[in-house]
Amino acid sequence: MEILGPLWLSVQLALVTTFVLFLIGTPVAWWLSRTAVRWKPAVQAIVAMPIVLPPTVMGFYLLVLLGPYGAIGGWWFELTGSTLTFSFAGLVIASCIYSLPFAVQPMQNAFESLPRQMLEFAWTQGASKRDAFFSVAVPMSSRGFVTAAVLSFAHTLGEFGVVLMVGGNIPGETRVVSIAIYDQVESLQYGAAHQMSLLLLAFAFTVLLGMYLVNRRWSPE
Amino acid sequence: MRTLLLLAALLPAVLSADDGFKVAVASNFSETARKLARDFSEYYNNGTLRLSYGSTGKLYAQIINGAPFDVFLSADAERPRLLEESGHAVPGTRATYATGSLVLWSRDERLRGRNCREVLQRGDYNRLAIANPETAPYGEAALQFLLAEGLWQDASRRVVYGENILQTLNFAATGNATLAFVAASLMSNRGLPSTVCMSRVPQSSHAALDQQLVLLRRAADNEAANSFVEYLRSDRAAAIIERDGYTVVR
Repeated sequence: MEILGPLWLSVQLALVTTFVLFLIGTPVAWWLSRTAVRWKPAVQAIVAMPIVLPPTVMGFYLLVLLGPYGAIGGWWFELTGSTLTFSFAGLVIASCIYSLPFAVQPMQNAFESLPRQMLEFAWTQGASKRDAFFSVAVPMSSRGFVTAAVLSFAHTLGEFGVVLMVGGNIPGETRVVSIAIYDQVESLQYGAAHQMSLLLLAFAFTVLLGMYLVNRRWSPE
Repeated sequence: MRTLLLLAALLPAVLSADDGFKVAVASNFSETARKLARDFSEYYNNGTLRLSYGSTGKLYAQIINGAPFDVFLSADAERPRLLEESGHAVPGTRATYATGSLVLWSRDERLRGRNCREVLQRGDYNRLAIANPETAPYGEAALQFLLAEGLWQDASRRVVYGENILQTLNFAATGNATLAFVAASLMSNRGLPSTVCMSRVPQSSHAALDQQLVLLRRAADNEAANSFVEYLRSDRAAAIIERDGYTVVR
């Protein structure tokens, strides 16, 4: 089936994005949950922006920024001789920005609900801040991590507008499943579009159902 | 309660107060269509028209699924014919309003002084943008040219697909693609960065880019829409269309 290629590509993109967002998002979420600096709301606003910005705004800026005349794209072009746009790497950058709030916010909420005494206890017992984080904060926030992972993954899978603007629709590299469906609808292949759409519908439901089931089991009560 | 009823009664009147009509325009013709619309409104003062742009394939799919368009300016002859056959268009209204041509364009400073076509042949480019051949006639023509020239095998590894011809131009205008096959008509676009190289593609190297229009079923009795279709075939309109780089058979 020619639709499996784009689906697999979307899954790969979502996996890589989720992984990168864990690396970037965890420290950001942790910092946001602990800090009392005055400009914390500004950082929160920046993190949340992709939720309200139209994908076209991000797509436009990324097209310019990642292109050979842009700040990031120009540097990349010097380095590799190719542009970041129309590449898988470019899509990973776009997806990480696009899905950032879906990773940071659940983690931040989880960190914020940690009882302060637990960490203080760990510190008084001689645990370093790093130890306390990994052996106390992380296990106790697993619910937040699961939510962050599922939402980042699923949200990236559902990405369309940004990819349409910076992807270039290259089979095997940037033609993700949402773009493939769009193509099929445009070229009147409704049969294929139905197959793929139905698969995604079932997938989205299953993933979200799984997340809510897991979260219910882990709820404190 | 009475006010509410009154409002409810007025609502349909408010919604239908606009007696204008809607025109679906293939992206390559968007700029020219704007000029034509302005001229038509000034000269004929006959209803307001609103333009929607998109790839021919997308507009076609929207029309057969009930999109409220009155006139369709396609980038090909195929879709208007299909619309006529399927009863979505008023029979006998189909006509060629313009014949387009393709150019290969770049703004890349490194190509200064070179010939675009030679750059393509030598493969001295990073990315080549063409419109999606499945849905956009100008993309199909570009593909035919590349195949005829034996350049497709090399190009296919570096090609990026624009959703429509305007996006294709955009990819090259932002420098993300070195070269792009676009409609010659787009070269008059005011926002276009200065051209570094441009090669005309011989019309003999691809199927004719005959662009046809058709009056859609729902507009059969729409006087304004009918007069717009008539206007598009007038000498006055032809002059505007030709000025934008199309050929018109009068």
